[in-house]
Amino acid sequence: MYNKALEVNSLTVAYHDNPVLWDINVSVPEGVLMGIVGPNGAGKSTFIKSVLGLIKPVAGSTKIYGKPYKEIRKKVAYVPQRGSVDWDFPTTVLDVVTMGLYGDLGWIKRPGKKEKETALYALDKLGMEQYKNRQISMLSGGQQQRTFLARALVQKADLYLMDEPFQGVDAFTEKIIVNLLKELKREGKTIVAVHHDLETVSEYFDWVMMLNTRCIAFGPCEDIFVGENIKKTYCNQPVYSLVTKNNFKNSYVSEERV
Amino acid sequence: MNNAQMEILILAILTSLTCTLCGTFLVLRKMAMMSDAISHSILAGIAVAYLYTKNIHSPLLIIGATITGLLTVALVEVLKNTNLVSEDSAIGLIFTALFSIGIIIISKYAHNVHLDTDAVLLGEIAFAPFRRLNIGNIDFGPKAFYIIGSILILNILFISLFYKELKISTFDPALAFALGITPGIVHYGLMGVVSITAIGAFDTVGSILVVALMTVPPLTAYLLTNKLKHMILVSGILGILTGVIGYHVASLLDVSISGSMASVAGLIFAIAFIVKVIGVKPLNF
Repeated sequence: MYNKALEVNSLTVAYHDNPVLWDINVSVPEGVLMGIVGPNGAGKSTFIKSVLGLIKPVAGSTKIYGKPYKEIRKKVAYVPQRGSVDWDFPTTVLDVVTMGLYGDLGWIKRPGKKEKETALYALDKLGMEQYKNRQISMLSGGQQQRTFLARALVQKADLYLMDEPFQGVDAFTEKIIVNLLKELKREGKTIVAVHHDLETVSEYFDWVMMLNTRCIAFGPCEDIFVGENIKKTYCNQPVYSLVTKNNFKNSYVSEERV
Repeated sequence: MNNAQMEILILAILTSLTCTLCGTFLVLRKMAMMSDAISHSILAGIAVAYLYTKNIHSPLLIIGATITGLLTVALVEVLKNTNLVSEDSAIGLIFTALFSIGIIIISKYAHNVHLDTDAVLLGEIAFAPFRRLNIGNIDFGPKAFYIIGSILILNILFISLFYKELKISTFDPALAFALGITPGIVHYGLMGVVSITAIGAFDTVGSILVVALMTVPPLTAYLLTNKLKHMILVSGILGILTGVIGYHVASLLDVSISGSMASVAGLIFAIAFIVKVIGVKPLNF
């Protein structure tokens, strides 16, 4: 058995001449619930996208359960940032969730009854069944996020990569997501999620990766998520102001523009 | 209505229906202006292929045009990916360059044939019944029927076979990529179909109004529907309506058929827009 869910070796990513990720070396053991934290522009989303091959790194390699992503695609589920798609697209909640199964179906073949049932089951798990026929622009932010999570759930993956699953969601949704993450962990799944709220890191996750272009610290929360590392990760920014909600809202705005 | 008029009407309907099919995905991909670029730049491909074959009805013209269409898309992407030029500027640069090459070749070498600049810009659907498919002594109707008919079938086949792939790579290309459904293949497949459709429509309505038929009925349907299947269906119906009403208005007022069709499409959009603003709920089937 392979007990490393994700191994990243000297990963370096650059946009033109600017390094976004510099020499990242981490290995995430199977069954952990890991948060990625760091300031805006630290490369958190880039890290996830590089693991999935959506961005080509300048150097370095990533392995999932000991294999390159292309060979193990079906074991990985990806939850992109909510803002990455057009929510005015003419489609329904059920349809979006069914998309998670398109990879299994392969080319040309259409989803049928079995796929619909799988999607409905996932929607039920996230308390979204009543919205199944709703057009996706008619959902609240939290409901949109739950739709995305249901879509990842139907993939029955072993490794879940999530880009800001808690961004702009209501308290009810946040609770549902936290419970879901813990349930997945109990089933032995591995979760890697970009997170913004420093207050809840230790509560929601058991491992943490602290990122600011370089990997500042990496390991179990209780050892790693301490004042000194937080200071290093957020460099020149005063730590106290980072933990206020207001600041987070502002920082989202600037990140979305990027 | 005599035979020729009937043939023109059917051609108008086939053309606008065909354009709405691939147009739906262009609109959803926010690539409406790409149809403008493709429909113009394919002229360069047609002109170069004509220089080579000296035959305006050679199938090589279709191949040349398709290649130029795909070349346009690829060049725009290359230029955009340098991050030095924005996408809309890249579109403006590439298609005008290719279009002007096409116009120069035509004005220099092809001024005696049907490929004159007026026909290129506005099409000549009214002359289509004169070019007939004759095998032996039997008349099989206008050639344009067979050209646009095959292109319609190509559109229907492409969309029904790759419906799922088109949907996911339009809505969420990153997920499509992660799932192993290469969005690049779908993208160039669609652009190829758009190029071929543009050539078919080019002959009947001209390169400017192709854009109207590819984008206006799908945009109208976008306002009126909530599901992709419904959007395709409604924009197809609107395409047919555009052909029928456009033709009749043109013969009533004795004006250009293609101009009339595009105006009708615009008018239908305006009505749908007003209905939407007033706040009528979308169609629920």
